[in-house]
Amino acid sequence: MKLRPILWLLLPAAVLLAGFILAPSLDLFRASLFDPDFTMQHFQRLVDRGVYLDVMWRTIRVSLIVAVLCTVIGYPVAFFINLQPSRRQTLLLFLILIPMWMSILIRTYAWIVVLGRDGLVNQALAALGLAQEPVQMLFTSGAVLAAMVQILLPIQILTCYAAMTEIDFDLIRAARVLGARPRQAIARVFVPLSLDGTLTGLVIVFMLSMGFFITPALLGGRQDTMIANLIEFQVQRLNWSFAAALGVVLLVLTVAMIVLLRGAGRLLARRVLKGGL
Amino acid sequence: MTLMSYYVEGKNHMSVAGLSFRQVSKRYGRVTALDKFDLSVEPGEFVTFLGPSGSGKTTALNILAGFAEATEGDILIGERSVVKLPPERRNVGMVFQSYSLFPHLTVFENVAFPLRLRSVGAAQLTDKVREVLRMVHLEDFAQRMPNELSGGQRQRVAFARAVIFDPPVLLMDEPLSALDLKLREQMQLEIKRYHAQIGCTIIFVTHDQGEALALSDRVAVMREGRIAQVGTPQEIYDRPNSQYVAEFIGRTNLFRIGGGSGRWHIEELGMEVAPVDGVDPQKTGLSVRPEKIHPVGGGEEGQVTFDARLTQVIFQGDHVQYEATSPNGAPLIFQDHRGPGTRLMQSGDQIRLGFDPGDAVPVALDVA
Repeated sequence: MKLRPILWLLLPAAVLLAGFILAPSLDLFRASLFDPDFTMQHFQRLVDRGVYLDVMWRTIRVSLIVAVLCTVIGYPVAFFINLQPSRRQTLLLFLILIPMWMSILIRTYAWIVVLGRDGLVNQALAALGLAQEPVQMLFTSGAVLAAMVQILLPIQILTCYAAMTEIDFDLIRAARVLGARPRQAIARVFVPLSLDGTLTGLVIVFMLSMGFFITPALLGGRQDTMIANLIEFQVQRLNWSFAAALGVVLLVLTVAMIVLLRGAGRLLARRVLKGGL
Repeated sequence: MTLMSYYVEGKNHMSVAGLSFRQVSKRYGRVTALDKFDLSVEPGEFVTFLGPSGSGKTTALNILAGFAEATEGDILIGERSVVKLPPERRNVGMVFQSYSLFPHLTVFENVAFPLRLRSVGAAQLTDKVREVLRMVHLEDFAQRMPNELSGGQRQRVAFARAVIFDPPVLLMDEPLSALDLKLREQMQLEIKRYHAQIGCTIIFVTHDQGEALALSDRVAVMREGRIAQVGTPQEIYDRPNSQYVAEFIGRTNLFRIGGGSGRWHIEELGMEVAPVDGVDPQKTGLSVRPEKIHPVGGGEEGQVTFDARLTQVIFQGDHVQYEATSPNGAPLIFQDHRGPGTRLMQSGDQIRLGFDPGDAVPVALDVA
């Protein structure tokens, strides 16, 4: 087969993906279906036991909430940064990047220091006389959500910011001089033009949330178990085939949800663009 | 009655207004971008701000549109001072250099944008958008997206969007600079036609002197934040008041004046001419346009004549551009428009040239 010379540029990436993503994924599929002969028993077990369906639904729900929260919090922050003079923008982006240099494990442990029985929040509450007893915050769903949002927020801020910097400022000027008050110019021009980038960020955050493992493990209780935690549990017990089946389910759910989100996003975008806000 | 009266603040507006800059200055720290800019524009007039980048023409436009705040001075549109108003309340149309069409909206919605903001009813809105799109010959393109249009079509959409709400004043910021030459010339004609049709006051900003001369009722030649000269295209070209204007608009031959109080001595040509009253020869040069200089047989009545040697012949089809040197080495340029009976001269030819003394315009020399 003759390749066009430019395609050779893709070769290293293709080899890497084939060797380290595609092959293991196929092996995962194989492991979930052959034990050692062909069997559907692992998937059967997933469906039969309600607890696994609960975990799947929770994983999707938590990931959606985290993605939406990151968007609701991140978009205004990106908007604010975009309005600053360029030197201050650089500084603010730098500040937002700093936490991303720390491992997720460390950032999760930091939340234990903040939310624990003798943590900062409880100390503050006690000092202010707002609570007699330490409030239980660790090992709750709220702790997991807060930490996941905090960990993933920079990604959504940066994605939104990147989309916003693409917008030609003359478009806003054009809207203004044609009769738009500042708020109208933002609603009719700025927001629609940053919508696509924002949706991309939302999907990225969602995708990353789906595979979250350390944070729910350390900050959540039993009720906060996500698919990745189940996989780890099964691997530790050497149930390779069942773990593989869970992996396959995680992969399929994630891809399906991304397709769904993008579709819904596009529909929403079309409505917003047609009718304005 | 125009559609305006239905929706602009419930009042009857004149659809055309004059405007005036009154001693408008803009300073950024120590840099003065606009220095006591003073100019009155008649209702319906087409005025061009012409100058190189950094001359203040865009600053003046931005202050007029409300994108930048004047450090001092006032701007009136009609009778109303607008310097304190945000852009959306100045009621001016604007065509941007890069068109700035909204990429997420169709041609129809782009053009309808100003009307939607003014809450025009659906039926009126559709009628008006159709009417304006018909004027710019884009009625069949209403449902296209901006990225599906050619440069010229985008330009016309930008124009339609800027005039659909019948603004009394239309601003155009280098609107043709992104187009190629042929299209640019074609769009110049169209802009002229629209101006005649709509009749609104137009402030046009450009660095292209050809465009300025072709389109404008008056041209304000800008330099370093000030108006160097303002006048009709013909005045600006034929009677430049300074070396700067003479050299910025077209090409020219600039001769220095030597000698004392009596007759003026033109050193470059080794000849004398009658002085002009009230002009300081120390600070003055004489500008003679290339097309005013022509070969003479000798002894023409009243002409200033001198010897020269041709150094370069540039054939342009409808005219020939000659470069020559005077006996004491000064470079000269002149044009021959190939009237009947003229012949093409050769580089190296010794010839005698002349011009009418009335075509030598005294201009203020740039201070070196």
